[in-house]
Amino acid sequence: MRSICLYFQVHQPFRLRTYRFFDIGADHYYYDDYQNKRIARRVANDCYLPANEVLLGLINEFGSAFKVTFSISGSALEQFKKYSPEVIASFKRLAKTGNVEFLAETYAHSLAGLNDPAEFKRQVQEHAATIKELFGVTPTAFRNTELVYSNSIAGQVLDMGYKTMLTEGAKQLLGWKSPNYLYCSAPHQRLKLLLRNYQLSDDITFRFSQKDWSEWPLTAEKYVSWLNNVDPKQEIVNLFMDYETFGEHQKAESGIFGFLRAFPEQVLKTRKWIFSTPSELSEDLQPVAGIDCPHAISWADEERDLTAWLGNDLQDEAFSSLYKVSDIMLHCTDADLNRDWNYLQASDHFYYMCTKWFSDGAVHHYFNPYGSPYEAFLNYMNVLSDFLIRVREYAENEPIPFSAQVVKKVVLPKEKAASIPKIPVKKESKTKTSVAAKPPKKA
Amino acid sequence: MKVLMFGWEFPPHITGGLGTACFGLTKGLLKHGVDVQFVVPKAYGDESQEAVRLINASDVTVMMNDPVFREYWSQITYMEIGSNLIPYVGPEDFQQMVSENINTKVEEGSRVFSEKFQFSGKYGHDLMEEVARYALVGASIAASSEFDIIHAHDWLTYSAGVAAKKISGKPLVVHMHATEFDRSGENYNENVYEIERKGMAEADRVITVSNLTRNIVIERYHIDPDKVITVHNAVEPPENTELPDAEKHVKEKIVTFLGRITFQKGPEYFIEAACKVLERDKNVRFVMAGTGDLMEKMIRRVAKLKISSNFHFTGFLKGENVDRMFAMSDVYVMPSVSEPFGISPLEAMRSNVPVVISKQSGVAEVLDHVMKVDFWDVDAMADAIYGLLHYKSMHSMFIEHGTEEVNNLKWENAARKVADIYESLV
Repeated sequence: MRSICLYFQVHQPFRLRTYRFFDIGADHYYYDDYQNKRIARRVANDCYLPANEVLLGLINEFGSAFKVTFSISGSALEQFKKYSPEVIASFKRLAKTGNVEFLAETYAHSLAGLNDPAEFKRQVQEHAATIKELFGVTPTAFRNTELVYSNSIAGQVLDMGYKTMLTEGAKQLLGWKSPNYLYCSAPHQRLKLLLRNYQLSDDITFRFSQKDWSEWPLTAEKYVSWLNNVDPKQEIVNLFMDYETFGEHQKAESGIFGFLRAFPEQVLKTRKWIFSTPSELSEDLQPVAGIDCPHAISWADEERDLTAWLGNDLQDEAFSSLYKVSDIMLHCTDADLNRDWNYLQASDHFYYMCTKWFSDGAVHHYFNPYGSPYEAFLNYMNVLSDFLIRVREYAENEPIPFSAQVVKKVVLPKEKAASIPKIPVKKESKTKTSVAAKPPKKA
Repeated sequence: MKVLMFGWEFPPHITGGLGTACFGLTKGLLKHGVDVQFVVPKAYGDESQEAVRLINASDVTVMMNDPVFREYWSQITYMEIGSNLIPYVGPEDFQQMVSENINTKVEEGSRVFSEKFQFSGKYGHDLMEEVARYALVGASIAASSEFDIIHAHDWLTYSAGVAAKKISGKPLVVHMHATEFDRSGENYNENVYEIERKGMAEADRVITVSNLTRNIVIERYHIDPDKVITVHNAVEPPENTELPDAEKHVKEKIVTFLGRITFQKGPEYFIEAACKVLERDKNVRFVMAGTGDLMEKMIRRVAKLKISSNFHFTGFLKGENVDRMFAMSDVYVMPSVSEPFGISPLEAMRSNVPVVISKQSGVAEVLDHVMKVDFWDVDAMADAIYGLLHYKSMHSMFIEHGTEEVNNLKWENAARKVADIYESLV
């Protein structure tokens, strides 16, 4: 039996309100409650609730043959609690079936793994505690924000006690190798790796409703025939996607829910495939090879690198300004500051500042509340200026038991896009459409 | 391909952006093998002839006995009656003009009908008379020369274009650099509006300098959208690539407004934004360079807000002083209420000055590395100014990418689109 690993990312950021420079020092509330509530409720109704219902039905029907995996960011969970508690209840019902694995990740959906090991660890612990509290299970496998991965992150994840991690089956990582096996990290061999099959994943996430795609309309039968074409020696197919694919990116009218409902039945009918979770696969299979990843990768865009979040002057200034206070924040006990520290670290804010899409912004505009990266930067920097003032005031007033008041010099992640050798992306034979970019954000 | 082109001014004798745009366009057209005969009301002799053959309308003899001209004249004089607003003319000038018009009305016909007419080539006195006479010249030139296409720039020359089309039967392209609504807001001049509307209705194609202008042309002039095509303006590469030294004698950062101080340019929004920035940061000086009918009102407003010690008026600047002003500036703001295109932000960007522009400007359609705000949103404008003064990466990104962006806006490319329009008509 071969396995399909079906994993969904669930994330919503706390979007910032329009925050002017004259608010700095005068107003310490940064969030656009109206937008956050509106979007959270919309996505709950269009996606999370109906998709969870479909999955619950499938689990009831197929029992242990059908399993799914989720990673839900801390900020998404907070929004559900606040704006749409029925989503939490729905995930709890899924958790109760025992057929669902919940992954560990950073609480804030942050990029802390790239430059701040202590903060990275704190967030992973906070997230694991939240998952335990809500769903009664402690995560055993890890996935980083936007599947960001590197040798250095692998080491940190292993140190935190995780034996399994998910990341992108990026070409610069695999070269000629197939993503359809279990791998391990080359320098940290006890960490097993599951790599996303982006071809088969993106057929659903991107191409499902594209009418100019030669394979449109995509039926469950057709999709399963592609799975059957996978070399019989290969052990797993990792289908990793944004959960919002169902009902939000691909609207209900496209038939995406029908596909989700029909797909497992078609798969199981073949008697060649079953559905497994990352931790199960990690137990059952032997890694076939080590993967070396000196420069960080992600699942975003054609490049599969970090340039969606870091690399231009705006992103680098914002990022380094924020992490200048991480030493203070590590010991901070002020609830409001801790909340803002989490929310401001969300990778989404840096994503909005990306300038590389000026030419083909269509896909990305959908996920971006700002008219331009400059507006995004300006607003973020105003908020951050106020936050930094508050943190410094806090540090002056609270006796902190170590040298944290000394402002630390922030080193930007060494894994810069510029240093990554560009690997030409071959035209994919099965798809005529060239949309291979991965939009990692929510509306 | 030969084009008979009607303009109102040509470098170096320019009062607005029209002459500069015509010069850039004709140079670009030359690169695509288009031959341009350019007619101006008055040639001074020192105009650049590198791209065009310039015809001085003052030298053209009009055959007054020709019945066609007589008939045309009667139509034109009709359009002229009641005219009471003219571009680039302040209210005082205008008062004077109206009274003069009344006095000279009787003689006008005879003066215009002398065989040769001395054009002033300026906006101002007797403008309508010149417009009318210019139309006759257009017809006369059209009757006596060889060309494939007629191209007329802005309403002042539309009558000439239409006359030339009637005489020659050749296709007419009219070019909208600014509409009457851009110049005057809702208090528009009906006669000017009517000249614009007729010119566009008679034309085979209408070129607009932005989609903003295109929408106005379609919605307010009811022109068939299929024949209205946007060709964004471009900018000439600087002759002098060395930037002038910034002779900055103050330590504060400088934020600049440069343009006519009129309703269209939105000077009051700049002042309100300045006030908001100064409330928080006194280490900034704001400069309003230019002149116009709202200048006194603006000075009073600045005094009322008690920001005069950080807010300066320079009066009208030109040539080298403009470059010097840009070189001193840390931020350039163009808060125009309605700007069909707007070339000045491009000049600022070329001088490595980050810019804030209103979303109500056509140039916003072609620029990414600028801050775009609604002209009325003074909070956003102040925020953009503050950000550019305080967050250094934003400043550096604008400078790094802005110059490149501007240099990619080539007249050669704009002219290619215009040449394609010509080709579709012959």
